[in-house]
This record gives sequence, C-alpha cells and structure tokens, in this order.
Amino acid sequence: MNPFRYTRVTTPKAAIAAVIQEGGTYFLAGGTNLIDLVKREVILPEKLVDITKLPLATIEKTATGIRIGALAKNSAVADHALVQKQFPLLAMALNAGASAQLRNMATVGGNMMQRTRCSYFYDPSMPCNKRSPVQSGPDKGQPNGPAGCGAIGGFNRMHAIFGGSGKCIAVHPSDMCVALAALDARVNVAGPKGERTIPFTDFHRLPGDRPQNDNTLLPGELILSVDLPTNAFAEHSHYLKVRDRASYAFALVSVGVGLKMNENTIQEARLAMGGVAHKPWRLTEVEQFLQGQPATEVTFRQAATLAMKGAKGYGENDFKLTLAPNALIDALKTATKTA
Amino acid sequence: MDTNPKNPPIDRIDGRQKVTGAAKYFAEFDLPNMAYCVIVGSEIARGTMARIDTKKAAGAPGVLGVFTHENMPPIPGWDAPVGGQADGPPPKPKTEETYRILSSPKILFDGQPIAMVVADTFERATYAASLIKAIYTRQPSKTDLRKYLANGVMPGGAQGADYSRGKPDAYQSAPVQLEANYTIPIEVHNPMELHGILAHWTGEKQLMIYAKTQGVNATQQAMAQAFKIDPKNIQVHTEFMGGGFGMGLRTWPQETAVVAIARKIGRPVKLMVHRSQMFTLVGHRPYTVQTIQMGADTNGKLVGLAHAATAETASYEDFTEATVNMTKFMYACPNVSTRYRIVRLDRGVPIWMRGPGEATGAFALESAMDEMAHKLGLDPIEFRLRNYTETDPEHNRPYSSKHLKEAYQKGAEAIGWSNRKSQPGSSREGDWLIGYGMSTGTFNAFRWQANARALLKADGSLTVQSAVTDIGPGTGTALTMIAHNVLGVPIDRIKVEYGDTSLPNAPTQGGSAIVSAVGSAVFDVCTAIKKELIELAVQSAGPLAGQKPEALTLADGLLSVETDPSKKVAVAELMRSHNRMVIDKSGESKGGPNLQNYSMYSFSVHFVQVRVNPLTGVVRVSKAVSVADSGRIVSPKTAASQMIGGVTGGIGMALTEEAVIDHRFGRFVNNNLADYHVAVHADVPAIETIFIDKPDPYINPMGAKGMGEIALIGFAGAVANAVFNATGQRVRDLPITPDKLLRTA
Ligand SMILES: Cc1cc2nc3c(=O)[nH]c(=O)nc-3n(C[C@H](O)[C@H](O)[C@H](O)COP(=O)(O)OP(=O)(O)OC[C@H]3O[C@@H](n4cnc5c(N)ncnc54)[C@H](O)[C@@H]3O)c2cc1C
Ligand code: SF4
Repeated sequence: MNPFRYTRVTTPKAAIAAVIQEGGTYFLAGGTNLIDLVKREVILPEKLVDITKLPLATIEKTATGIRIGALAKNSAVADHALVQKQFPLLAMALNAGASAQLRNMATVGGNMMQRTRCSYFYDPSMPCNKRSPVQSGPDKGQPNGPAGCGAIGGFNRMHAIFGGSGKCIAVHPSDMCVALAALDARVNVAGPKGERTIPFTDFHRLPGDRPQNDNTLLPGELILSVDLPTNAFAEHSHYLKVRDRASYAFALVSVGVGLKMNENTIQEARLAMGGVAHKPWRLTEVEQFLQGQPATEVTFRQAATLAMKGAKGYGENDFKLTLAPNALIDALKTATKTA
Repeated sequence: MDTNPKNPPIDRIDGRQKVTGAAKYFAEFDLPNMAYCVIVGSEIARGTMARIDTKKAAGAPGVLGVFTHENMPPIPGWDAPVGGQADGPPPKPKTEETYRILSSPKILFDGQPIAMVVADTFERATYAASLIKAIYTRQPSKTDLRKYLANGVMPGGAQGADYSRGKPDAYQSAPVQLEANYTIPIEVHNPMELHGILAHWTGEKQLMIYAKTQGVNATQQAMAQAFKIDPKNIQVHTEFMGGGFGMGLRTWPQETAVVAIARKIGRPVKLMVHRSQMFTLVGHRPYTVQTIQMGADTNGKLVGLAHAATAETASYEDFTEATVNMTKFMYACPNVSTRYRIVRLDRGVPIWMRGPGEATGAFALESAMDEMAHKLGLDPIEFRLRNYTETDPEHNRPYSSKHLKEAYQKGAEAIGWSNRKSQPGSSREGDWLIGYGMSTGTFNAFRWQANARALLKADGSLTVQSAVTDIGPGTGTALTMIAHNVLGVPIDRIKVEYGDTSLPNAPTQGGSAIVSAVGSAVFDVCTAIKKELIELAVQSAGPLAGQKPEALTLADGLLSVETDPSKKVAVAELMRSHNRMVIDKSGESKGGPNLQNYSMYSFSVHFVQVRVNPLTGVVRVSKAVSVADSGRIVSPKTAASQMIGGVTGGIGMALTEEAVIDHRFGRFVNNNLADYHVAVHADVPAIETIFIDKPDPYINPMGAKGMGEIALIGFAGAVANAVFNATGQRVRDLPITPDKLLRTA
C-alpha cells in the first residue's frame, strides 16, 4: 500500500470537487473492493475521498417506480419491502452476491463500480492491460506492472465468452448489476458538468482497445442513485447463479429472468446474464423472440441457442458455451413455474 | 453421535475460552519492544536475482533491518537439514539442490523469500516490504507435473520401495478388467490462523518461542539444532492453534530465520505471513497422478490389483507420503503391486495435509472399486464384502481389531442405501439427479512414545500435564476423559496443561496418534496414582484395611469395595490421614511387542447422497454419514466434531479445493480465500457420525485408535461414486466442479 491522503466530504458537490482537483483520487464507499485493490497495489491512490457521509442512502418509492441511493447498502436494498415485493429479481441477485458481512458494507454505487476479479489484474507482477494500459495518460490510467493479457492463453476459466477483445476478456463480476440491467434501470450521476442519466445497459462497456475503462462514467462523476421503473415481472422472476461452491463465490454464469405471463404464454421478457462479458449481458434479441411464445422446454432451448450467438471460448472457459445456454434454460424453467 | 454410558459426551474443555476470545494464539502474544517481520517473496519460479534494491525499504520509517542473501545473519547449525518433523528429522536430501533461506540469489520456487523486513510496527514493515524491488533473470520453470511424469524417481526409504505379492500383471488375465487414471490437484491447508512465529532471546543462549507448530518439542529440537544451543534453554509455547491440518508438522525455514534475525537486532520479532504466502511457504498436498489396474473374476473376486502414483516434490527436497499403501492391505487380493514415484519440480516442498497420501490413494482405489463393482453388476458394498479380509495380506498377520463389516452395515442403514438404484442416472427429484456413493478409508493406528505427569491433590483436584499441542481435535478434552475414567475425579476438578515445552515431552500432534500416545501416558500416570491410593488404603488401618487391591474401585472421589460399596473411604480423607497433600506421578509410555504382532489400523466408511443438476453440472452433497471403527471412543463429542471437520474437508477435496498454477509463469493464480474455495456452510449438510466404539485389545490401555485422518480419507471417493450413480459420469480428476460434468456430458 502506498501512502495516500484521506478526506471525508458531506456534500456531493464537495465530493466531485475533491476528485477533479487531482488525478489518482478515488471515492471510498463500503471499501470492500477499493481497499483490497489498494492493499494489493493494483490501485496506487493519491487520495481517497470518503463519501459514506453523503445523504445518498435512501430507498424511496417514486411516481414511476423506485429510487435507490448510491450509498444504500446491498443488504438494505435486498431486505427492503418494496424491493422484495416489486423487484424480487434484484433482491435475489443481491443475496446471491458475496457474503452477509460484505453485503452489510457494500453499497449500490460501489457494487456497480467494482473491478473484475481476473487474477492477473489482481497481481501487479502479472501482465494485464486493464491494470497497465498500453495507452496511458491522465484520463487513461498509469501503467502498473507488465502490459499484455495474462488471461488469454492462461487461466481463463472465469472469463468472458461474449464481447471480449484481443486486449481483454475479463468479466464484470457483479450479481446486482445483472438484475439492474435486465430491469431497465437508469443511473443518475453528477459531475463537474452537472447531472445526467445513463441507461444501465450503457453504463458498463466492452473492453475493446481500452480495457482500463470498465464503464462510461467520466472523470469526477459520482453516482447518485439508480431508478427502476415499475414492472409486471415480480411473479415470474428468477436469479440463477451457478458457482463453484454453494455460497461466497463469484458466478461462473448467472442468469436474471423477469417474465410477464398470461397463462402459459410469455407476454414480455427481460433477460440478462452475468459472468459472461465485460458488462452485464442483456439479451434483447432473446427477449423479443420469447414474446408471445408458450413456456415450453422447446421454446427455452430455442431461446438458449439464440442467446449464444457470437459466443466464443478461450480454452479453460469453453465449458461456459454449454453452461450459459443450460443455465438460461434452467432459469426460464424456474421462472415460468413460479406462481 | 453414539454415546456410551462409560464415556458421556462432555463439552470441549477449552470451548468457552475459544468462543470468548480468552484462548491466546501465538500472534496474540505481545512482548515489550517487539518488532515485526514481513517476508517479500520471489515473483518468479526459477532463475536468479540479478539485483535486489533494498535502499528505499531500509530508509522507510520504523525500519530496523532488511535482510537478504547479502546480509542474512548466519545460522550455526544450518548445514544440517532443518528438521523437527513428526517422525524425526527428514532424510538428508539426495537432491542436487539445497534450499537455505536467504542464502543465495538463486530462486527455486514461486514465493521463495528474497527479503525479510523488520520494523517497529506491522504496518511499517508491510510498507517497507512493498518498496523492495528485485530484478530477475528468469529461467524456464517446471511446475506442471503432468508434463514431467517421465521424470519420476524412486524415493529413498520404505515409502519409496516398489511392492508386489503374487504375479504382478495378473489383472491382465482376469475376465473383467479396469484401468483408470486419477488426479488430485494441489490442495492447500489454509487454516484460518496464519502461519508465523514470535521469537524472543531472553539470554545469550536462551530462547522463548511462541509458534504455530503442531509439535512444541519438535520446534524446540529444530531450533536447538539450528542455533547449537541446549534444548533445555529453549521454551516453545503453542497452547492453541487455529487449525493446522499438517502445515505445522515441521519447522519451516522462515521460522528459523526469524529467530536468527531476532538475535541480530536484539529485540523480540514476530512474523505472521500473508494469506498468499500460505500457498508457497508452508507446504501443500502434492499434485498426484495415479493409475489403478484392476482385474476381477465374474464372481466378483479380485484377481489382480496394481496401483501406481506419481507426485510432485521440490527440486531441493524429497517429500514422500503413503499414497499407495492402502492398496497393499485393504482387500483380499492375491496379486498386488504398487509403485510410487516423485518428480522434482520448481515448487516449494509439500507437506502432509490431513489424511495425507492415504486420502489421495483412497480416492483412486475406492473410485476404482466402484467402477469395477459397476462393471460386475454388483452392489459396491457387496463387492467389497466379497473381497473382505480378516487378516492383513501385506504383513500376513492379524489386524488388532477390525469391525468394518459392521461399519458398512450401520452406514448403509443410516444413509438409506436401499434407496440407491444400481442403474446410474435413474433417480430424480424434480430437475435434480440423485445418487448414492460410499467408500472405505483406513489409516495406521500408531502408538508413539510420550510422557505425562499427573498430580492428585488432597483437595480432590487433579492436574494432568503434557507438552502436546491441541491443534483443535479436542486433545485436552480427551485427556480429561481418560484421567476421569481412571481416577474418577469429577470432570470439573481436572485441569489439563499442555502446549508448552516446560511440560513432559510429547510427540508432535499428527498422524491421528495423540490420543493413543499421550492418552496412554496419561492413563499410565493416573493408574500409578490409583495404585498408590489403593496401597495406602489396604495397608493401613481403616475401612479398607486388608482388602485385595483388585477388589477396589475408584469413582467420584471414593475408594470402595466393588461388591460391598458400604466399605469405602474418601480419597481426600485417605490422603490427608497419610499426610499426603499431593500424589505426583510422571513417566514415559510406549507400546509393547503387540505393535509388531498385529497390524493396527483405524477404519472408516463414508456414505453420501448427492444431488446433481444435469443442466448446470452443480453437485451438492445432500446427506453424509461417516462411520468410524477406531477402537474405544474416548471423548464422543469431540470425536464427533473431529469427524464433522474431516468430512467438511472431504467435501472441499471432492468438490471445490484446487490451487491453480499458471505454468507459463510457474505461479499461483488463486492464492486467496475468495478464489481458493474451501467448503462453506452452505456446502455442508448435517453430517451423521456413527462410532463402532469397540476397544482395540492390543494397541493401548484405553483400546482407542486415532480418527483424525480417517474422517477425511475416502470421503472424496464416496462423492465421486455418488456422482457416477447420479449421472453415469465418472469424474477422475478432483475437484468435481460444474465444468467437469459439462465437459464429459
Ligand atoms: C471476497 C469477496 C466476494 C465477493 N463476492 C461477490 C459476489 O459474489 N457477487 C458480487 O456481485 N459481488 C461480490 N463481491 C464484490 C462486492 O459486491 C463489492 O466489493 C461491493 O459491492 C463494492 O461496494 P463498496 O461500497 O464496498 O465499494 P468500494 O470498495 O468502496 O468502492 C468500489 C469502487 O466504486 C467506486 N465508487 C463507490 N461508490 C461510488 C459512487 N457513488 N460513485 C462513483 N464511484 C463510486 C470507488 O471509488 C471504487 O472504485 C465480493 C467481494 C469480496 C471481497
Ligand atoms: S482479461 Fe483483462 S483483466 Fe484479465 S489479464 Fe487480460 S487484460 Fe487483464
């Protein structure tokens, strides 16, 4: 860990100002990811700006749905009555993540901003383009350790099958974000140039030539809250997380499903997968296909085949080419059965 | 948990201390003026350090010393191997290379210490350590055992010798044949408590050590050897240990280095390693590849059996374990051969991990037994019964005790074996496939030499002493029960003192041998006290005068005639009337000729029910029953906990645990507890433990055999067999993660 400065702020404005003053400054929320990264020297901060005292932890009903503050704890969101009733998919996804202790510390904003768990990224003596970008600069990060992608040709069992690039095949590790992507969430942010709203599916990005950028947040921007629109999926929601042990492990593949059903017919569908791409992998095409289809195994299999268009294995993660469609079938089966 | 009226299930005597935080582990000792040491590990697996820059670190705040191969203080006894293992010092390495910590710029394995930084606080030492930069000349590293199987060498010692009886290739002429390969990955002990040591020179040749060791006497010997001082002047203290599982079975080089550094800087020094260093500096279960060749006749009798194993070791030290031993004596097979090889790789040296080689070997043998039973169309238990042996076919002598048939039967009943369908893949519950599997486990029952002391006071209290460390199995509780059973002193009046070299010498906690070894010593000294009490009572005037010593019993502080309890005397009164305020006995205890006349083993049978999701490849152990045939159960409650712990480790071994190396670099890529998956609560169902609880007449006065290892040995095989029963898919490479079932689908 390198020596850094620490300040605590009480208004979003002060938080933003503190970050843009100098490079190498990070917001500190629950700290469950950031502190690990600092201890492992993946991140060498100049300054940490503690935002835990900002008034951004509320969860409230709005005219169009629900607004969840960026500093709401993962456990508070999962336990919230409104979330459990109207957005069970989000509650399920949150509870599938990490451990109870971590969920009590982790915030919604921090969860969205958490970095990949790629082992090479976490070990500064190993090659990694995300940690040590080839093009560096004030906005692009500084090199830290050897460049290259350790995972390509290496231990890539946990890695992406969709949307990877020759530079990076990491996945975004969040469970919560899979549910938020499926449920058409929108992210409210504030920055030096004012406030804006980002559709959740545009928040995270694919690695391309800039694997150092996980998302589209601009320097100095602070996540304020997440909005979820009211939906009709509560009855037929399921979050399936396939992992190496029953709890406290990141997803090999996860599937978030929300369906609106009429008898045995799927009227509307929302689908996203986790553990398969650099961002929560929304399956819009499959959603359209499912619309008006009977909830049968045949339908699910067709959906799964469609979902896998463009999938690519990198060796150790080839099994995901089987696991991902199977998990989708399994999740659809469960979601359509729920009464 | 079975209970026996003679041995009521008492609570762990140190339970309260542990859950309230009163139990003090090595790292919790703080000494005045204490300094902290942090190890910097190599970032390559083979090569040399061209340069190491320590200037910045040396100048960092609070730093008291930075030690590398350039300035490491000498260790006078360094030329002798730094030993102190359970069974004596290790054999002198026959390897071409030697590893002496911080003695050369040569790098022999990933994480090898290249510097040790000492500062006045842990945080400052950690920071200074991060400033050390090394420039390496990398050489290609050999870490992938599968690539170098041809480099296997026959290790020295009994363990290494090839074995055969009958015709070696007999299986080839059998009507039903099987040949299969099984792989065990690197597993890391990963106890919660991190490894380390606190060394304090209390005089020029006087040393106090708080360590994380499974054997305080072994550490004492190792340090005496290394520093050429009298062991009497070294005190080692390890009363509590936050899990060992084998990683504390030797004194590791960095421990010796800390002692040397403490002397150099003239302050007590504490080392506690980083979790990632638990993967590189304190051993592991070696990656092992095995082949089983098996032939049987159509009646289900084994005709021939061959078991070969090749395991990794370090380039600088040969590590061996008893991987193929079970095959030699488990079944009545006339033609058996075994072969064990090791391959020297650019890896840190392995060490025994719970169940050690026997657990590795049992996975292969007991999987193969299941495969063969299936080929023969036999129930796996029936197949084992057809090849059951009442005498040890390896040594041609009787077993001291073996009640395995009863164990098969009791376990089968408890799991509901009759629900098992012989056709794989034919049992379902909703979308999940259900399967049942079983496996046998066995481990040597040892009786090592040990010392103990017992002091009975006239106030009715008893103190029992032995240097042995309780690494968690409940040794202290078991010793309490043994003393209680001999002397009848109420449990709450017995105090057991252990885990310190100031107490009578004891062997290292390991090999499932401590109840047998130290328990016997406690039994003996307590029996000596009892004898003296009886002598006092019968030889002097009083209610018991002139009685035959054999006619007396001792319970609840009363000595009485068994057939006429009205004739009695209180022990306290007896002692006081003879002006004996304390009866103090100590002595050494060891086994007699029976150890040679009988083959002594503990046995276990594991039964599991698994649920497998055919779409996702997820396996869940939904029921587990483990039966132990390990002689008399001395302390039923802690013994049950011991079994539960073993089974939990077994679930990890079967389903989740694997330390992964990226062989391009020769380095670990999942060296933390988020990515190295030990079983968590949600992976572990309620575990039913059953004890046969019949005393072994020959091993020791309690009739008790060990059970630490058999709790785990065989368990992984039972899971693999159940997965086969559920799915028809045979996974021969542990752990059975979802990808493996999807790959073979
Ligand atoms: C062992 C372990 C297992 C885990 N398992 C899972 C799992 O199974 N599934 C899962 O989904 N997650 C898992 N997690 C990750 C966990 O969910 C994240 O660590 C957590 O959500 C991060 O939230 P935080 O508030 O602690 O963020 P911090 O660590 O404080 O911050 C993380 C990042 O977000 C930035 N940030 C925080 N708040 C804001 C904001 N309002 N605006 C802009 N930037 C912000 C910070 O600057 C930092 O870069 C696991 C973590 C650990 C340590
Ligand atoms: S996959 Fe991405 S994060 Fe992982 S090593 Fe490659 S570049 Fe780094």
